[in-house]
Amino acid sequence: MNYLIGLLAIVFFFLAVSVITKSVKLNNKLSGTENEDSTVDNFNNANGIGMLIFWLLFVILGSWSFLHSKPDFLPVAASEHGVRTDSMFWTSMAVVTFAFFISNTLLFYFAFKYRFNKNRKATFYPVNHKLELIWTIVPAIVMAILVFTGWRTWRDITSQAPSNSAVIELTGHQFGWYVRYAGADDGQLGNVNYKLIDETNSLGIDFTDKSSFDDFTATELHLPKGQPVLLKIRAQDVLHSVYLPFHRVKMDAVPGMPTKFWFIPTISTDEMRAKLGKPDFNFKVNCTEVCGRGHFGMSITVFVDEPEDYKKWVAEQKPFLATNPSYLDKVPANLKAKAGKYIPTEPIATDSTEAVSVN
Amino acid sequence: MSTAISTAEEVHTHDHDHDHEHEHHELGFIRTYIFSEDHKTIAKQYLISGILWAFIGGSLSIIFRLQLGFPGMSMEWLRPLLGGWIDESGKLDKEFYLAMVTMHGTIMVFFVLTAGLSGTFSNFLIPLQVGARDMASGFINMLSYWFFFLSSVIMFSSLFIETGPASGGWVIYPPLSALPQAMPGSGLGMTLWLTSMTFFIVSSLMGGINYICTIINLRTRGMTFTRMPLTIWSFFFTAVLGLLSFPVLLSAALLLIFDRSFGTSFYLSEIYIQGQALPNVGGSAILYQHLFWFLGHPEVYIVLLPALGMTSEIIATNARKPIFGYRAMIGSMMGITALAFIVWAHHMFVTGMNPFLGSVFMFLTLIIAVPSAVKAFNYITTLWKGNLVFTPAMLFSIGLVSMFISGGVTGIILGNSALDINLHDTYFVVAHFHLVMGAASFFGLMAGVYHWFPKMFGRMMNKSLGYIHFWFTFVGVYMVFFPMHYIGIAGFPRRYYTFTALGNDSMAAFTDMNSFISIAAIITFSAQAIFAWNFFYSIFKGKIAPANPWKSNTLEWTTPINPEHGNWPGEIPAVYRWPYDYSKPGAPDDFIPQNVPHSATLESNLPEENAEIAREKDIDGLLGAQNESYTH
Repeated sequence: MNYLIGLLAIVFFFLAVSVITKSVKLNNKLSGTENEDSTVDNFNNANGIGMLIFWLLFVILGSWSFLHSKPDFLPVAASEHGVRTDSMFWTSMAVVTFAFFISNTLLFYFAFKYRFNKNRKATFYPVNHKLELIWTIVPAIVMAILVFTGWRTWRDITSQAPSNSAVIELTGHQFGWYVRYAGADDGQLGNVNYKLIDETNSLGIDFTDKSSFDDFTATELHLPKGQPVLLKIRAQDVLHSVYLPFHRVKMDAVPGMPTKFWFIPTISTDEMRAKLGKPDFNFKVNCTEVCGRGHFGMSITVFVDEPEDYKKWVAEQKPFLATNPSYLDKVPANLKAKAGKYIPTEPIATDSTEAVSVN
Repeated sequence: MSTAISTAEEVHTHDHDHDHEHEHHELGFIRTYIFSEDHKTIAKQYLISGILWAFIGGSLSIIFRLQLGFPGMSMEWLRPLLGGWIDESGKLDKEFYLAMVTMHGTIMVFFVLTAGLSGTFSNFLIPLQVGARDMASGFINMLSYWFFFLSSVIMFSSLFIETGPASGGWVIYPPLSALPQAMPGSGLGMTLWLTSMTFFIVSSLMGGINYICTIINLRTRGMTFTRMPLTIWSFFFTAVLGLLSFPVLLSAALLLIFDRSFGTSFYLSEIYIQGQALPNVGGSAILYQHLFWFLGHPEVYIVLLPALGMTSEIIATNARKPIFGYRAMIGSMMGITALAFIVWAHHMFVTGMNPFLGSVFMFLTLIIAVPSAVKAFNYITTLWKGNLVFTPAMLFSIGLVSMFISGGVTGIILGNSALDINLHDTYFVVAHFHLVMGAASFFGLMAGVYHWFPKMFGRMMNKSLGYIHFWFTFVGVYMVFFPMHYIGIAGFPRRYYTFTALGNDSMAAFTDMNSFISIAAIITFSAQAIFAWNFFYSIFKGKIAPANPWKSNTLEWTTPINPEHGNWPGEIPAVYRWPYDYSKPGAPDDFIPQNVPHSATLESNLPEENAEIAREKDIDGLLGAQNESYTH
């Protein structure tokens, strides 16, 4: 609604301009002052004044719209590095807004102030080395500071993940995300091979690798609060991009080239719900690299749990091999005993074998 | 290769491979207006093609803006136009949405702002402002346009095929663009896109070689490099950028064609799609992105530099004041040109590229802000204590400077890799580049059209309509792209059909804002009809233009009102001074054209300029050599 009011204001601005235009025209006709040879017509003043009016309105409406939108910006970052990049963002934003404001103000003010006057002559002022030096060096210094702080933050964000990180694999496909956890026992993700993908083993988990025996898959992403999380990111078909808006996490998923991003979530889902006053709020993963028809809908839910809840949740999950024991066949003979540990007792095994064969 | 010279008076001796018939007779309709070798006609062909493309590209954006601004709206009324792309429930097809986004980008970047802007004004102004009778090769210049035309026809036809045009975004990243099974637009539509772009690249290379050769070799006597208008400098740097970077896009496109059609794996590796594991291994999707952005980033400056160059000329003329810091302007354009080649990977901070590269490219990217800032400050200082005449061209130039600043400052944010993590591929990026490269270049294009229309068509455009057009466009563009930053900060990704599944928890908050932007876009787009009417009407019915309507210094205004092929009926004028002697103290007029010798302006010469008088004889002495150069 507010925007519609803003829009109306602008429409009225145009109406005002057109009324002024008409009256200037009428005035010209009445007084017959229009000089055919001159490049300067009687709209010159109107245009010059218009520049200043435009800028004043811009500043007022711009500030108002910013304040109006601010509550809807992404709230406080829910990750450690996110807090850092957010504060850097707003500092940089303040610097550039200052530059933006000063230079635009000068531009429009000069346009207004030095609008044509036939009694004045422009000042022949072709060069001033000192001035030019100043406005080369000052931006250069500001840039250098911004680059340096930015570089340090970037270096820390992209540094090696801590060894105690929870390792989680996110695999993008048209149109969704597969989630795989390193499992409760070895904390290591097993190999995958895209040629092993079938309808059940949609990730192509390679069961000749003993690390994959305890790996489990999930349809939602659970993250432990306050602990480093290493996302190992893959894509199966085309480019995708993992985006966790609240955690300020973004990294492309590239077929044939695993990528990664590690971060520390700092706010649990429950805390965020309380903070936002929305009991049904959930974090989500979105896709930010165009991937086709369903690109906009490619999201899964993310739960940030307290560490003990996370541990409990992980313990409750059944390894892929446990729910799909028929894949024991793919395990090489020398590892069968190790893999067998994950195969539950007979009845469940038959059930899920049947399920597989139905598929 | 000066086959294009047809003003026969001073061309007495012809080389033997010349076609004598064409030298002495009036050219037929086809050779005058269609397959013309006259740079002015080719420029007009580029301009009119560019304007038509701009309306097509603009209307695509209006359709997808309707979808974004009014997601619940029934699009049934568009069925007569879009047919099957409106689904049974009266909604826009999701793939066609992506196709429109893709084609809007492709059309605007390449067909409007590269061909329509640089193609038009490089062609039109280089020979006229450096004092040449035509381009170095009129024939290659003609071929350049017709390759562009062929490319346009192919791209246009792709809009009408059953599987739809290319839909993977204007950057056409593989594997999406390489695999027809990934989306229908990656089938025939993508083949046509690649074919079209191949011809487009051929066209721009032919154009670029001509621009460079003409600027280096065909400057009139006395037109030293430091007396060239900034327009020419900007076209020169643009051509260098294009010449060095477009071939890389061609190679990227060729490798993609191989991957698509001949089973190679340059970009493809370990892909499982539609229940099938593809045999390709070992390729790299990131390789394509490097190759693409090696053109893609210079491309930003390819569209922007000509606009900045023309703005320099227009602001100086209409401020009745020399451009401030002429050499600094050249230096900063040179700096931008050099840096443009080594900043490309700032588009790729979060693609999985080695983070160390990210650090390097962040550093290089933020350096490029310095010459850009210098340019902006120089424009502002040029206005200071000027005597500003607000012609429509001047208004658009001031608008350009404002957009260049407003869009440019957010580049400092996006060029910072740590900040780019959250903002990459959001509407913040969309707002940034639409202001700094889209709107700024578009304003440059408009400024150029209003300023040089009298030279192009011998008639004036209606100024009042120009003012109205400017104010609608200027206010409108800001209304569209300024609030878009907020949507980006709130975490809305680009190329989303709708925001229903978004995880930023403010899907509903910006519904009004999106509607507002869409309405503003429609108003802005509609206002372009004022321009179209003014443009086409004035070509035929405009007031006859005076010889030098803006009292400008550059050489094009020394030609007849309607210059023939060859531009000057007599000798090409010599150049004795730089192009920015406006409001010189002591001079009777407030401008001294470049062809006025210092010996004729003793009252206004600066002390060091009196030394130039002695050199005038040397310049005049070059006449024979110059004429000689046109005879073989």
